[in-house]
Amino acid sequence: MERRVKISYVINFLGVLGVFLLFVLLFESRIFGAATQYIKGICTTACYTIIMVASLNLVVGCMGEFSLGHAGFVSVGAYASAIVSGALTGKGLPDLALFLIALLAGGIAAGITGVLVGIPALRLRGDYLAIVTVAFAEIIRVCFCNFSITGGGKTMSGILKLSDFYWCYWIMAACVAVMYLYIRSRFGRTVMAIREDYIAASASGINVTYYKVLTFTVAAFFAGVGGGIYAHYMTAMIPTNFNFMYSAELLSEVIIGGIGSLTGSIIGAAFLSSLPEMMRQFSQYRMLAYSVVLIIVMIFKPGGIFGNWEFSLVRILHRAKKKGHEKAEGGVQPWKQLERKSRY
Amino acid sequence: MTFSLFIQSLINGLNQGAIYALIALGYTMVYGIIRMINFAHGDFIMIGSYTLFYTIPLMINAGMPPWLSVFLAIVICAGTGVVVEVVAYKPVRKAGAMSALITALAMSLFLENLAMVLFGAKPRNVQKIFDLPSVRVFGTSLPMNVVLTIGIGIFMMAALQLFIKKTRMGKAMRAVPQDRDASILAGINVNKVITVTFAIGSGLAAVAALMYCAKYPRVTNDMGSMMGLKAFIAAVLGGIGVIPGAMLGGILVGLIEIFVKLFAPGWYEAITYAILIIILLVKPSGILGKNAGEKV
Repeated sequence: MERRVKISYVINFLGVLGVFLLFVLLFESRIFGAATQYIKGICTTACYTIIMVASLNLVVGCMGEFSLGHAGFVSVGAYASAIVSGALTGKGLPDLALFLIALLAGGIAAGITGVLVGIPALRLRGDYLAIVTVAFAEIIRVCFCNFSITGGGKTMSGILKLSDFYWCYWIMAACVAVMYLYIRSRFGRTVMAIREDYIAASASGINVTYYKVLTFTVAAFFAGVGGGIYAHYMTAMIPTNFNFMYSAELLSEVIIGGIGSLTGSIIGAAFLSSLPEMMRQFSQYRMLAYSVVLIIVMIFKPGGIFGNWEFSLVRILHRAKKKGHEKAEGGVQPWKQLERKSRY
Repeated sequence: MTFSLFIQSLINGLNQGAIYALIALGYTMVYGIIRMINFAHGDFIMIGSYTLFYTIPLMINAGMPPWLSVFLAIVICAGTGVVVEVVAYKPVRKAGAMSALITALAMSLFLENLAMVLFGAKPRNVQKIFDLPSVRVFGTSLPMNVVLTIGIGIFMMAALQLFIKKTRMGKAMRAVPQDRDASILAGINVNKVITVTFAIGSGLAAVAALMYCAKYPRVTNDMGSMMGLKAFIAAVLGGIGVIPGAMLGGILVGLIEIFVKLFAPGWYEAITYAILIIILLVKPSGILGKNAGEKV
């Protein structure tokens, strides 16, 4: 590995650690007083929403396809992890290990569902794919309503409350890092080539179906992990939580944040998921406001607020260093050159 | 299954199917003309139903038959359809399929949540629209209002078919999906055709709302989304963009749903979606659609 890459890894890790320490400082110093626990809860909500939204962005942004059934994968992850953690309770495992195993189980279950859904569904594209993903998500929901192990249409309660903010933060950071690396890897580049022109991609020897299903599966896996955190935070859930509305909410967060920008997904998800908590009295206006913002964004900035711009700590440090050295005379900023024209 | 139960289910299925068919017509017309899934279409039924809910007492007070309020519902739905098209869809029409789809989805969310803010999340009960007796046919009781709604459905479909085939506007509506540029050259005002399409589709949704409320007198703010989705399935099943296909698909989906409900009540929704998946994988152009190859 190049030295430059190693340094950037270290810098990014330090950045994540810095943000984490900031949160620890805020919570442990009891600045919020009695509300600390409540704000921690909001931050946990933000963490799992970020994972779900970022994973949906893999499909929407990187693959350029439209999935309206992400809540289906979230629900598979949530139920699978709840069942696994329920079965392993009292086996003498420490809480963190139990939590990680449950999340992994949720992710794998959602990933398997992703393969099963992806192989038939990804033969279609565009509008039809969107509708088929809705259909699959609804079928998953109906299944959960009818199986007795998932509560048989009633609330499944008594799930352990394992989702602690400090753990969730690191899980979220790891998930986002893996997704970012996936997009930047050979796989991600291939998938983007398919997005740009799938006929040209398949003509240059890319196995289009394989890469699409792979991306879909990775997205489903992380959606399942997000769902696992959700289940262990809410401690009770009902299949109707994961209806079409929930998918639409996740999708609108992706699009408002920016199609193809993980930064946009993180900021969008964190902001949009914590906003309604802070203004509880206006909660019924939340989706109304979402939809208005979504329409306005579509009319005036079709790529989302952040487009496909990514935040980069390394780049900022690099620029600061350069400025300090030679007091640069304005010039073209390097990332402006990199910014591609938005696709949509 | 006894014969009378079969007849009963058949009638129920046809009733359900006629409702789906009317909604599916709206989807298929809009999809045919601008290649966009109008997610908000299901919510026009919700708007129509709320209009019925609020205007039927007025009609009764004025001493008129309650079904007359459907005309008001048609006007309001058609108006909403045109406003939605002009305000939200027209600006993104050139921006590509993805933007159009997202805008349609956002519009659907907007209408649903606006209804929740305006009318509350509590279900409302619509007053009885048709007060008709039941007749006994083949040993089963046949409610006349079901027969009447099926009749209305068939009448509307026939009228639409005549309109499409016989009038100048109908001809223009058939021409635009075939070749938009050529129809501009032939002097067709494409924007006007699209607006009229939206108005007609939304008006049909209001009629579907009447039929739905005559059968299930319950109005909620999210009644449109799932019904719209099923009607869209009906449109895809029959062949999207093909008007007779929407009718066939609607009737089929209605019948399948009612008959599956008899045997496996918890699973009927899953079966409907499974049919959609199978149709899309085996013959994406639908039963009556033509297979269009892809240009490279």
